[in-house]
Amino acid sequence: MGIFEYAPAPESRDIANLKDHYRPFIGGEFVDGSGEPLKTVNPATEEILAEVGTASVSDVDTAVRAARKAYDTVWSKMPGSERAKYLFRIARLIQERSRELAVLESLDNGKPIKESRDSDVPTAAAHFFYHAGWADKLEYAGYGPNPKPLGVAGQVIPWNFPLLMLAWKIAPALATGNTVVLKPAETTPLTALVFAEICQQAELPPGVVNILPGAGDIGAAIVEHGDVDKIAFTGSTEVGKLIQRTVAGTRKKLTLELGGKAANVVFDDAPLDQAVEGIVNGIFFNQGHVCCAGSRLLVQESVAEEVMEKLRYRVSTLRMGDPLDKNTDIGAINSAEQLAKIRGLVESGDAEGAQRWTSPCPVPDRGFFFAPTVFSDVHQSMRIAREEIFGPVLSVLTFRTPDEAVAKANNTPYGLSAGIWTEKGSRILWMANKLRAGVVWANTFNRFDPAAPFGGYQESGFGREGGRTGLEAYLSV
Amino acid sequence: MTTTTSPNAAPDTPAPLADVTRDEASLRRFLHGLPGVDQVGVEQRAAALGTRSIKKDAKRWAIDTAISMVDLTTLEGADTRGKVRGLAAKALRPDPERQDCPRVAAVCVYPDMVEAAVDALKGSAVHVASVATGFPSGRTSREVKLADTRLAVEYGADEVDMVIDRGAFLEGRYMDVFDEIRAIKAASGEAHLKVILETGELATYDNVRRASWLALLAGGDFIKTSTGKVSPAATLPVTHVMLQAVHDWHEQTGELRGVKPAGGIRTAKDAIKYLVAVHEVAGEQWLTPDLFRFGASSLLNDLLLQRRTQVDGHYSGPDYVTVD
Repeated sequence: MGIFEYAPAPESRDIANLKDHYRPFIGGEFVDGSGEPLKTVNPATEEILAEVGTASVSDVDTAVRAARKAYDTVWSKMPGSERAKYLFRIARLIQERSRELAVLESLDNGKPIKESRDSDVPTAAAHFFYHAGWADKLEYAGYGPNPKPLGVAGQVIPWNFPLLMLAWKIAPALATGNTVVLKPAETTPLTALVFAEICQQAELPPGVVNILPGAGDIGAAIVEHGDVDKIAFTGSTEVGKLIQRTVAGTRKKLTLELGGKAANVVFDDAPLDQAVEGIVNGIFFNQGHVCCAGSRLLVQESVAEEVMEKLRYRVSTLRMGDPLDKNTDIGAINSAEQLAKIRGLVESGDAEGAQRWTSPCPVPDRGFFFAPTVFSDVHQSMRIAREEIFGPVLSVLTFRTPDEAVAKANNTPYGLSAGIWTEKGSRILWMANKLRAGVVWANTFNRFDPAAPFGGYQESGFGREGGRTGLEAYLSV
Repeated sequence: MTTTTSPNAAPDTPAPLADVTRDEASLRRFLHGLPGVDQVGVEQRAAALGTRSIKKDAKRWAIDTAISMVDLTTLEGADTRGKVRGLAAKALRPDPERQDCPRVAAVCVYPDMVEAAVDALKGSAVHVASVATGFPSGRTSREVKLADTRLAVEYGADEVDMVIDRGAFLEGRYMDVFDEIRAIKAASGEAHLKVILETGELATYDNVRRASWLALLAGGDFIKTSTGKVSPAATLPVTHVMLQAVHDWHEQTGELRGVKPAGGIRTAKDAIKYLVAVHEVAGEQWLTPDLFRFGASSLLNDLLLQRRTQVDGHYSGPDYVTVD
């Protein structure tokens, strides 16, 4: 125990306005779904937070009809400048209710309050503000003089950034004049249902946004529904492939944002202390539950030892614990299932001969927690170098030359993001050209902005979200 | 009197780094071979650590620790012996109504005020620090700087706050800067040497890192941000770079050297942000007045007010702390 022990500084859970029961949102109303209710759990305590009514296949049909009716009668006819007013209103309401949303997100997902407060919720609001600006300017977006919406968008989102992924999906869909049926993840439905309240507060016409909690079968029902014009999915590559098979041969437009195994490349002329910060942010932000996490560190051999020493010291200062404590850096793993998956992959790292180092930080005795872990002596042939772990586990590999760095970084079926750390500007540009990744960060990592398109290569999916480019996925072009 | 080479690497330069200061070329290669500091990254990290929420017992501890780290300072042309005696009295009894209030670490004055301070603090554990070397600009000859230092020590200062020659540093004459610090260190004798980098004039974080290492190589016991006479004075990101330097120095040599941000730190809230940085960047070993100080004047009263708020449960207002 140290001499400077930070006293607990918890955010009050009352701010979340947690209710005992939540219901699906269809046609502008909260309705009893006919699916089997699910219980959503606080991963930091394993306590049940609330019971959530779910949709059945017939509810999916009802929701799609509501969305179609809203599209035909109101939303597609409305001038862009009017749609923009609704988006601005939603953005402002997200800001007004930001504390409530942040606390609720941390309770339901397990991420630290400092992240939900300073990153997820503000960025979600920013996406609505940004796309509100596009709503009446679509003819200037480069997609022709009068680009048309597609119709009804079916959207399925993951549990790692429940509200932010919702914003990434709904904001561009609404701005371009589409209506939406969205399924939040099974383990994190709550902020999406508070967002449904926000739609009511904003007096959004009924049926423009429909939110259907449920498991994978409901996602499948949305994807398979005959009257859905566009599917947007963020989640695992495995499910993404299923969706692509389902949609193949239909008229549905599809965008997929899937897994990743990003290379974070540190050259010997990098600003090392900030590179260490970037490595930490790249893999431990949101407990590593990030599709674009910098989970493969490629470090030049000449500085590998120095970087590893600095990295271990820095990682041992990370504070793991109660996600609602303002001083928590690393929160809970979202579910027992995910924790088991992380443990399995870590065991494979041990078995295949990588050197495991674990932060000496105390681990809470309740809840799903996994201490920050760094594997060194990792090689491309090991599972922990190839497979997405989706947890606070970093695999460290070394390289000798820039060409070797490029070869190793690109040697993955994925291609969502990459990081470059060097003080040589020409090398940044050279690397960025060579890396097959949708986003390349230079001397920083995990920076998001609604104006910057985001998406992958190969098994990380296709299509882009955000920016002018991201509008295309929701327009008939 | 300047030389371009040191006769020998001094015995007090730790072995792994002895060769570094052999000549101008080696020193330049070493300083320019240090990893760069990315401005965006270091400022982000400083801002992020600044959001730590320090409450209850942790806040009490931090406030008391910060008080014990204050170098209570007066550096005015208008300083008088009376002013200095008043400051010394405040240093001994920061909050006269609270016996359990810690004392500050030191008072810091101009050389000609040292005697008055020493006299007023006789028999106490409060140190007397003197600025020297043509403070604040340092634009004078080596002889004058050395005489200034000797004078301060003769008058009884047990800590000397020197300024580096920023002109020489910015011209790239690193060996001159190094030699001068060494000479002042020798002239300081037993007194602790704090080396002021005047980071506001160094302009880049890369320069702050190089100047920090230069001062550590030359034997500075402390590296200090600023004179307080140049804006910007102490900032969190600059202090981060300096804390990282003493941390790395310790990793390489096993020696513990201190850091002192000075100028512009006025509130308890800010002081606590600095302590969090000390804790998480350098390490908790540095959370002692032996290795961390605040150069401050008005900060002390805000710390005292916040301390009372913690103890009494309500804020008492500026009329309840003493102003000398």
